[in-house]
Amino acid sequence: MIGQLLVATRKGLFQLERGGAGWSIARVSFLGDAVSMVLPDPRDGTLYAGLGLGHFGVKLRRSRDGGARWEDIAAPAYPRQPDGVRDTLPDGREWPWRVEQIWSLEAGKKDGALWCGTIPGGLFRSDDHGDSWSLVQSLWDHPKRKAWFGGGYEFPGIHSICVEDTGALTLGVSCGGVWRSEDDGATWDLRGEGMYAAFMPPERSYDMSIQDPHRIVQCPSNPDMIWVQHHNGVFRSTDRGAHWQDVPAAVPASFGFAVAVHPRDGNTAWLVPAVKDENRTPVDAKVVVSRTRDGGKTWTVLREGLPQEHAYDIVYRHALDVDGTGDVLACGSSTGALWISEDGGDRWQEISAHLPPIYAVRFVKGAGS
Amino acid sequence: MARVTFTPNLERHVSCPPRDVPGRTVREVLDNYFHEEPKVRSYVLDDQGALRRHVVVFVDGAQMRDRTHLAEEVGDSASIYVMQALSGG
Repeated sequence: MIGQLLVATRKGLFQLERGGAGWSIARVSFLGDAVSMVLPDPRDGTLYAGLGLGHFGVKLRRSRDGGARWEDIAAPAYPRQPDGVRDTLPDGREWPWRVEQIWSLEAGKKDGALWCGTIPGGLFRSDDHGDSWSLVQSLWDHPKRKAWFGGGYEFPGIHSICVEDTGALTLGVSCGGVWRSEDDGATWDLRGEGMYAAFMPPERSYDMSIQDPHRIVQCPSNPDMIWVQHHNGVFRSTDRGAHWQDVPAAVPASFGFAVAVHPRDGNTAWLVPAVKDENRTPVDAKVVVSRTRDGGKTWTVLREGLPQEHAYDIVYRHALDVDGTGDVLACGSSTGALWISEDGGDRWQEISAHLPPIYAVRFVKGAGS
Repeated sequence: MARVTFTPNLERHVSCPPRDVPGRTVREVLDNYFHEEPKVRSYVLDDQGALRRHVVVFVDGAQMRDRTHLAEEVGDSASIYVMQALSGG
């Protein structure tokens, strides 16, 4: 496989390629504009980029020639709010019907199908490669949706959309738990038995509808295996999200945002831990990646090639990815550093320390990889 | 006819040439403009059709205040500028 990596940042989209001399930036698009999410569609190679233009709102761009030219396509938008309908958060503040950020974007299973998760809390679908979008009303109208609240952002949002070969969907919502649909989004079940949230009053700490999974990833070849980096720690499910086991052994901290799972081995996963909660800096100011190969029982702290002195990089939820081989990983930071490992995380190479803050990294994967 | 002009910063993202369009209110004028240039709509109005939070409209030099309905009346030869608010992005 020829390596290609997309890096979505606060100030543009960077496309990297692996040549004989290593990884380098081959193209920059949307320089100056925030790219909150990018999707390389493994089915046909189309690229999608979600932009946040500040004054001018959320936009979606599509490229069918590998990023040379981009077209302005419809962005997900809420339907008109009926007169007299007021949607509120649990604390009574208004919950606007207005897309403020494209937070997740995934290829569906049907031809042309795309799924998009947004802040504030909408799931949108397209059945025509992004030419048009509609709100998934079944989830929006679910009574438990009303329990969601913001985590890190003013409004709740859908940041993770895991799509199985069967078309089944598993969503991660901050703060709104884990949701699953096995009928193409027609009906939804709240999942998450075993997850708990220490940030809530004790009587609600196991309430599945208010959990704060920071990121959810599912093993493509063994979809029973799902990993979550949760606000509270790390959880793992071996039954597609129905039940969750706490993974207390994660070191050097159980807090973090990102998690990646090996494409063929659901027991192998990577984290980028940080000091929890109010602090949110790397433990001892050293950037490390932690890896387990035994389902979370033991973890190896990987630091070779990563900054080990006065490093304050945080890796956001979408800024860690593994390629289709399971060997090549990319990790991008809040302070614009980008590292790549080609040996499963044992050794890292700094590609740049001077990019804009990195929101998402994604390897271009071919169909079936 | 009102003359509708956009901040040059918007031209970077979408073609939005100045146009003379009819309409009795800001809403009507902009709707008529968006009829000619449909891609511009979502850059100026949000999902609910309100003025985007960090966009301002000047009508004959005065800031438009009805950001939800855009119902303010405009004269026959009004000049309407759609600008970035300094509060934004």
